[in-house]
Amino acid sequence: MAIGKDQIRHIARLANLEFSETEIERFSRQFNAILDHVAQLDRLDTAHIEPTFHVDGGAHALRDDKVAESIPQGEALANAPEAARGLFKVPRVLG
Amino acid sequence: MIAFTDRTVGEIRTLVTTGEASATDICRAYLDRIRAVDPRVQAFRAVLDAAALEDAARVDRARREGRGAGPLAGVPIAVKDVLCTRGTPTTCGSRILEKFVPGFDATCVARLRAAGAVIVGKTNMDEFAMGSSTENSAYEKTRNPWDLGCVPGGSSGGSAACVAADEAAASLGTDTGGSIRQPAAFCGIPALKPTYGRVSRYGLVAFASSLDQVGPFGRTVEDVARVLQVIAGHDPLDSTSAPRPVPDYAAVLDRGLLGLRIGVPREYFPTGLDPEVDAAVRGALQIAGKAGASLAEITLPHTEYAIPAYYIVATAEASSNLARYDGVRYGHRTPAPADLPGLYVGTRTEGFGAEVKRRIMLGTYVLSSGYYDAYYLKAQKVRTLLRQDFDRAFENVDVIVTPTSPTAAFRFGDKVDDPLAMYLSDIFTVTLNLAGLPGISIPCGLTKDRLPIGLQIVGRRFDEEMVLRVAAALEGELGFRGAHRPPALAPAP
Repeated sequence: MAIGKDQIRHIARLANLEFSETEIERFSRQFNAILDHVAQLDRLDTAHIEPTFHVDGGAHALRDDKVAESIPQGEALANAPEAARGLFKVPRVLG
Repeated sequence: MIAFTDRTVGEIRTLVTTGEASATDICRAYLDRIRAVDPRVQAFRAVLDAAALEDAARVDRARREGRGAGPLAGVPIAVKDVLCTRGTPTTCGSRILEKFVPGFDATCVARLRAAGAVIVGKTNMDEFAMGSSTENSAYEKTRNPWDLGCVPGGSSGGSAACVAADEAAASLGTDTGGSIRQPAAFCGIPALKPTYGRVSRYGLVAFASSLDQVGPFGRTVEDVARVLQVIAGHDPLDSTSAPRPVPDYAAVLDRGLLGLRIGVPREYFPTGLDPEVDAAVRGALQIAGKAGASLAEITLPHTEYAIPAYYIVATAEASSNLARYDGVRYGHRTPAPADLPGLYVGTRTEGFGAEVKRRIMLGTYVLSSGYYDAYYLKAQKVRTLLRQDFDRAFENVDVIVTPTSPTAAFRFGDKVDDPLAMYLSDIFTVTLNLAGLPGISIPCGLTKDRLPIGLQIVGRRFDEEMVLRVAAALEGELGFRGAHRPPALAPAP
């Protein structure tokens, strides 16, 4: 299934990315080449095959929920581009 | 006398524990070597001179005070810049993390330190480990020590190049689709991708969480085994790390090939495979046969579907993992955004490079409404078929041997504008990530242009012992390191 420039723009919005017209042009070309390659999967009948989301089925993914020390607030904020009063700061969201 | 920069991991530990040399002297020798050759190799994102000398001094003090020495005492090791190092920038080769300084060590790094290793630096890589040549780094252009006009492979190109150029005794890389094994092949050294779950991923900046795995590069298979020994094992901080005991890897290295069954999958020797790669791998297989292994042609019939399945699974997981780079909690933030959506879009558009954006876009597309079943679910089903191929093969063989990469190292710029051609260079490695299997690449010959050729040994899940045993035996039979070294990297003019 070929994918057009409008669809590339739509995916870019979903991914929070912005592209110039030239980039969108190039992307749609490369995308279609990659999707053509991926299309060979359609040759396989997988109707009765179980998916492998995880190689060991996440067998030991659960543990007891125990209260423990976490990283201190100062350390958690140390890499923040902007922080104030112990919080991450972002542009105003509500008027 | 043999230079410190030419000593194996085991030899360095012996020198340090017997007091024949100090960890500080060994560390200085490696830092000197880095200063001499890295301006041309550019394997390092950052050289940690001061911290490394402090690590080394700590090892020396412990010895003087009789407090015992860890299994990697005084061994200079480099770490891929995707692994968090406390108080040291961890950029992932990306502008978006240019100023990111982790407050903690990745578990594998913490284990290296606890074992007495000296962390000499952080190595260059394709941005967020996405690439097969290290050309996607937003920073240095890492070169192949065998030919400075060629790429070192990727994405762990810096970790491979620095060990090949004797700038570190060993290093850590990460492998999502071949990112340890392919650069090891291109740089002529052994390196292992462990079984998924063998090594903790805590503190590894995620690319594709169901495929990523940390593993060691060394100059010998024994060095690889010694580093694996330290980093392997369950970690309560990574619920996907396996709660299984870690065997003594060094103990199996001299057991030889007699009576072992090696599977040779016909799909990994396709028509059109580079004839020099084909000849070198087949030559090594013959030698294995003479050393007592039996060879059996096998089939892994779904191999051709691995690359398309991989690029769906990997990009889907990447698009989700990389959603966290939003300019709020860490990393780059676009200056003066108009509003919150503007902050997200500006930050991500400025911070990510072209290949990362391409993969986020592809991943977003395959997960988007209406396409999930056709792409993501389909790919996960194909992954089951690939696993079953291997399960069936391992009923009759102990290991599987293949070329690591369809070619030797390519030249800068050869594939950088053609993403699909770049993706296809992972054709023999991605299957292991999809199936969760361990695999090592060892050098098995040179092309006529004197570029290394890699051979991959694949084992059953959690059977690193067998993989390392076969690798050590073949390494001994082939004698690659004794016969071939990268051309001397003479001091810069």
